[in-house]
Amino acid sequence: MARYALMSDLDALMNVFGDAGGDKAILENNEIAHLVAVGHKLLSMNSVAGFEVDAKETRTGISAKVTVKEGIKIKNPVHLCFGVLHKKGTQKIKMDVKLERGSSAHFIAHCIFPNAEKVRHIMYAVVEIGEGAEMRYSETHYHGLYGGIEVVPKAVVKIAKDGRYFTDFTLTTGRVGKLGMDYTVEAGENAVTELTARVFGHANDDINIKEKVVLAGKNSRSIIKTRVAIEDDAQAEVTGITEGNAEGARGHVDCMEIVKDRAVAKAIPIVNVTNSLAKVTHEAAIGSVDKRQMETLMAHGLTPEEAVDVIVKGILK
Amino acid sequence: MTSEATLLELKDISYEVKGKSILSGLSLSIASGEIHALLGTNGTGKSTLAYLVMGCEGYRPSSGGIVFDGKVINDLKIHERAKLGITMAWQEPVRFEGISVRDYLTLNNKDMDPAHYIGMVGLHPELYLHRMADKSLSGGERKRIELASILALHPRLAILDEPDSGIDMLSTQDIVNVINAFKEHGSSVLLITHREEIVIIADKASQICNGKVICSGSPSKVAEYYKSRKCLVCDGEVCAYV
Repeated sequence: MARYALMSDLDALMNVFGDAGGDKAILENNEIAHLVAVGHKLLSMNSVAGFEVDAKETRTGISAKVTVKEGIKIKNPVHLCFGVLHKKGTQKIKMDVKLERGSSAHFIAHCIFPNAEKVRHIMYAVVEIGEGAEMRYSETHYHGLYGGIEVVPKAVVKIAKDGRYFTDFTLTTGRVGKLGMDYTVEAGENAVTELTARVFGHANDDINIKEKVVLAGKNSRSIIKTRVAIEDDAQAEVTGITEGNAEGARGHVDCMEIVKDRAVAKAIPIVNVTNSLAKVTHEAAIGSVDKRQMETLMAHGLTPEEAVDVIVKGILK
Repeated sequence: MTSEATLLELKDISYEVKGKSILSGLSLSIASGEIHALLGTNGTGKSTLAYLVMGCEGYRPSSGGIVFDGKVINDLKIHERAKLGITMAWQEPVRFEGISVRDYLTLNNKDMDPAHYIGMVGLHPELYLHRMADKSLSGGERKRIELASILALHPRLAILDEPDSGIDMLSTQDIVNVINAFKEHGSSVLLITHREEIVIIADKASQICNGKVICSGSPSKVAEYYKSRKCLVCDGEVCAYV
């Protein structure tokens, strides 16, 4: 276990984390693994049995290698907390994550940029999930109210036989700024993966989400689920790609975008099947809030504004 | 038992779409606390009438007046009518992603107990309150939850558009239980149905045909009249009533 000295930055980050609904006590709990970094400074780190972390500061960010040892099931979620507290700055995070055979872990990433006026956050993750291993990765962003941030999360994930990978990306509070998300997952035999993204864009936010699953193994399964709401002059482009390349592979791409005001949305579902025994389906819906849903809620006494709020919050939940 | 005070009065309502008459000179009144069954074959304008009373978008009378509790409400929007105590259960309730059954029932009143109302429609609260009101529910489950949500509102007028239709429809006893619950709350109900056995639990019934009320009175009399009809789908031509 290592703890670092820059407590003022840590306190500031954790205060924002707390304000965003996080539990600050997790850093004090020795049974919870965590890694906290502001800018290119590592502020706090803790590991638990079977969970190895090798993290170092780089010129512009953090490079970390994480390994969950064979057969180890990490009981408590592992918390990753990254952020930039200044108005300007760049943070590059490089993560190499390996879950060895039969292991499991749930990572919760908190990405906090409360004052961003000109901030870049670049994440590049390479994830390797061993045979029968399971990884859950929940990533929640808070970008403040200024919209001056560019976030570029990129992940390349490979899942071995019988492995499972679930990811959930949420950016629904505050501004988005510019988001360029790019995830690629390759699923081996009997592997299962679910990729979920929820984003709420305002003002001139620019959202670009690309998620790709390659169903390479026999009987592999996948769902790509994207929920986006945009208003004002925001724009969003969502590309969901699934390739069915093996016998018994089943994939589904499900994209829903709600558009208000002058916002512009685009959905590009791409399905590519190279094995006649594979099946990939897709559905995409873009438009204003559903009229029947609106009328039903209004018949329950909600105003039109309240009804829209309930519907949008629901799809982003 | 009905009281004398009229709650809803439809006065000579006509409704046209692109020059085609859907409702023509329709008049109907429902007393406070009255359960009023509305019978009619497919295409007669029953659901149109429901949408007009609720004030759905695009549904305003071409002529005539909708009077609720003495006030003409033709120009009020849905939520404004809901504030007056009118609500409606659609024939095919919509699904809501990300909204739990508990949240759906407590949209307007976070302090009330949704379990009570879920139980009233024959569902086990512990099995349903945490579920999402989305496409994971069957048609019958969704209808029951919609009825529970309407009961929870304690409306002055509930419009129930064919609560008995669908593949896994509610049983007659289920409907009777729901209607009795509305009665206990003192709500009036406009009950749209095809089923004669449901009609007889009402206080009063009317038959609508080709956009007009052609028969109104005791439920058994109207049900008998309805059974003797010659048409299955209203085309405004076969029926001798028009």
